[in-house]
Amino acid sequence: MATSGVTHAHAAPQGFIRKYIFSLDHKVIGIQYFFLALAAVFVGMFLSLLMRIHLIWPAAQLPIFGDIKPETYLTLLTMHGTIMVFFVLTTAPQSGFGNYFLPIQIGAPDMAFPTLNMLSFWTTFVAFVVMIAAFFVEGGAPLHGWTGYAPLSALQGAGPGEQLGADLWITSIAIFCAASLMGALNFITTILDLRAKGMTLMRMPLTCWAWFVTAILGLLAFGVLLAAGILLLMDRNLGTSFFVPGGLSITGNLVKHNGGSPLLWQHLFWFFGHPEVYIAILPGMGVASQLLSTFSRKPIFGYKAMVYAIMAIGLLGFVVWGHHMFMSGMSPYSAFAFSIMTMAIGVPSAIKTFNWLGTIYKGRVKFDSPMLYAIGFVSLFVSGGLSGPFLAQPVLDIQLHDTYFVVGHFHLIMGVAAIFGMFAGTCYWFPKMFGRMMNERLGQIHFFITLIGTYAIFMPMHYLGMAGQTRRYSQFTEVAYQTKLIPLQTFMTYAAFVTIGAQAIFVFNLFWSMWKGPKASDNPWNSTTLEWTTATPPPHDNFGGHTPVVNHGPYEYSVPGAPRDFIMQTDPAGVGTGAH
Amino acid sequence: MGLALLLVIWLITFFSTYFFVAKTWWLPAGAAAAAPWIDHQFALTFVLMGIIFVAAQAALGWVVWKYRDQGAATKVDYSHGNTKLELIWTTLTAVLFVGLNLMGSHVWASERFEPAHEGSVKVEATGLQFAWYFRYPGMDNTYGRTKPELIDASAGGDAAVGLDTTDPAAKDDVVSGTMYLPVNREADLTLRAQDVIHSLFIPSMRFKQDAVPGLIIHMHFTPTETGDYEIACAELCGLGHYKMHGMLKVVSQLDFDKWLASKEAEKQ
Repeated sequence: MATSGVTHAHAAPQGFIRKYIFSLDHKVIGIQYFFLALAAVFVGMFLSLLMRIHLIWPAAQLPIFGDIKPETYLTLLTMHGTIMVFFVLTTAPQSGFGNYFLPIQIGAPDMAFPTLNMLSFWTTFVAFVVMIAAFFVEGGAPLHGWTGYAPLSALQGAGPGEQLGADLWITSIAIFCAASLMGALNFITTILDLRAKGMTLMRMPLTCWAWFVTAILGLLAFGVLLAAGILLLMDRNLGTSFFVPGGLSITGNLVKHNGGSPLLWQHLFWFFGHPEVYIAILPGMGVASQLLSTFSRKPIFGYKAMVYAIMAIGLLGFVVWGHHMFMSGMSPYSAFAFSIMTMAIGVPSAIKTFNWLGTIYKGRVKFDSPMLYAIGFVSLFVSGGLSGPFLAQPVLDIQLHDTYFVVGHFHLIMGVAAIFGMFAGTCYWFPKMFGRMMNERLGQIHFFITLIGTYAIFMPMHYLGMAGQTRRYSQFTEVAYQTKLIPLQTFMTYAAFVTIGAQAIFVFNLFWSMWKGPKASDNPWNSTTLEWTTATPPPHDNFGGHTPVVNHGPYEYSVPGAPRDFIMQTDPAGVGTGAH
Repeated sequence: MGLALLLVIWLITFFSTYFFVAKTWWLPAGAAAAAPWIDHQFALTFVLMGIIFVAAQAALGWVVWKYRDQGAATKVDYSHGNTKLELIWTTLTAVLFVGLNLMGSHVWASERFEPAHEGSVKVEATGLQFAWYFRYPGMDNTYGRTKPELIDASAGGDAAVGLDTTDPAAKDDVVSGTMYLPVNREADLTLRAQDVIHSLFIPSMRFKQDAVPGLIIHMHFTPTETGDYEIACAELCGLGHYKMHGMLKVVSQLDFDKWLASKEAEKQ
């Protein structure tokens, strides 16, 4: 148990560039990550809109893009997936909110390595620029999907976009991996070394636990993807054959590679790819836990079980990657093992759901907009999670693998649920970050349209998948049984129009409130954790020269005998009978 | 607000469940020996997950409404949880999930652990951008040699799979763009890919398997009903992925023999 190191605090910067651009302050860096993710989510969402339009009206002429050709469609889906997974789902919940609130919640003046922190953001920024650049080079962005399966991704002649565009795509991911490794090291060190006096591990808010385990996952997973990406670049440009076997012929041209294995790429990719799912969703789970407790005015149900569940998910998350490969030609015996492990990971997920319901049960639920999103998160987590046990069984995967069932599953759980976690986090922490309150009415409208809209988009995908609709098809007109499913696809496109349109409400609310929202007090939600003990927005060193001392657990709400219905973590010991 | 949430969550749950239960969209009718087993496991999983889905969403809608803030008089139960409940819940989930998995595993084992039986019909499926070709070994029941340098996809037929016609075993090989199989006889399938990964997906046969460059993958299934069945490619393979479409014609043994004989005759 370390005390917060005053030596880590650095002088408040002077000048615009040091203050807002190349800032060492974790709060500024957190906001930089947040806005990077916001920019990325709009690029990603715009691409998905073009995809939805093309699926229903393949002949439609679009502004900027003109005709969408089948290969353009594949480019859109590749870039949509990659941008969303890396620059949104990995960037905002962990690097954005984590950067801003992890040090404050544990009572530290900054991250352990402020310079590394700045470097990690700007490296991520470079990765994003390189990724976007892929659109503008000759041949355009790659079409190999976000999973980049070799040999499609390894051979320049395998399709349009598989030339420079694919190199940029891999390079961007490699740079992103390096940035994430820096971030992960920083998070882990900060949590282990910079906790304030009294902030034992088991007094950390569940958000911190989630960021902690996510950072460990990132440290172990991104290193593998980085290596895989470099090998793939070498296969493409230096004539190595890590992922390309001999005897291939692409459009009549013999391929001069020999001895590689396409399955090796899949193993390396999914060894990263599955933990990545938890990198995206664990911070959302942390936020949901924090908010459900706060707005139910009740301690979290089973704090310890929640911590152990996060750890179990983190651990098991590393031994289930093979469930992406049941149909890949991998040994059917290992499929059996991966399947059992995958079912096992459902158990901690179920514990969390149970505990969230238990937290609300017999509470006093306040429906401020952060809470609405947190409740939406639970609903989406349940819906997205329960299609997991279908896909975890190899025998059912025979029918469901690579169909829309999978697309519906992961969009609900790691896409929409994680994004609801971000909405919740944004509304909850906005007052602390920007000193003003967001508009409640706009929040409510946005919440209901988005919740219903995303269900209307992604629930039908399960029906499509059962009926055998394969994913990554730019048109459904070539396969008769799939043509019959087009009406449902049309419905989903209309639902997407409404849902995407509704995001304007959120963006308006965000920017309008930044300048016009009512001024926020230091603790508008009557929360308990450390970020609410300090000024709004927090001073450069977070606590204005003093170091907080922690006397309570993170979720002491409605403690009998306490003067208020919440006991802040820094309140003097002995307040309320149930405090510990 | 609590009531609005309850209604929205319950309505979403109702509509989601309705279209599953009404089977408005469902698995295509199975026409293979394993289909009833797979469908049974699917139905079992569906019922169990469906119950949990409805129960969890209903509970969520109910608790947020029931325990809404009704002013200062609202009593909160100050509790940090219940270890006993936690253990019961964990054990039940573990037993349910692992048990469900084990129940399905024998189907998987029978499909994938054992090779095809003696006397099954040999057929080789080759995936290339963007077509499937099916090869039958002919009278000698042995596939002839193929060579990558002989591959000429645009020529179709033998050349599409790079068949080396100088090999005696290749003389009677039949290559077809359509897959023919006799009904009620096991098909001993060999999967190959020439360029990138493809995936042979025949929904009615409850069959899917990637065809991976550099790997020779053996699979088997038994069609149980005659008819025409569509084949799709299920692994992203390039710009023509969506039109990599094929047909499986399941016919009587007699018709199958006739078809094969006529293809042999064409070759001579």
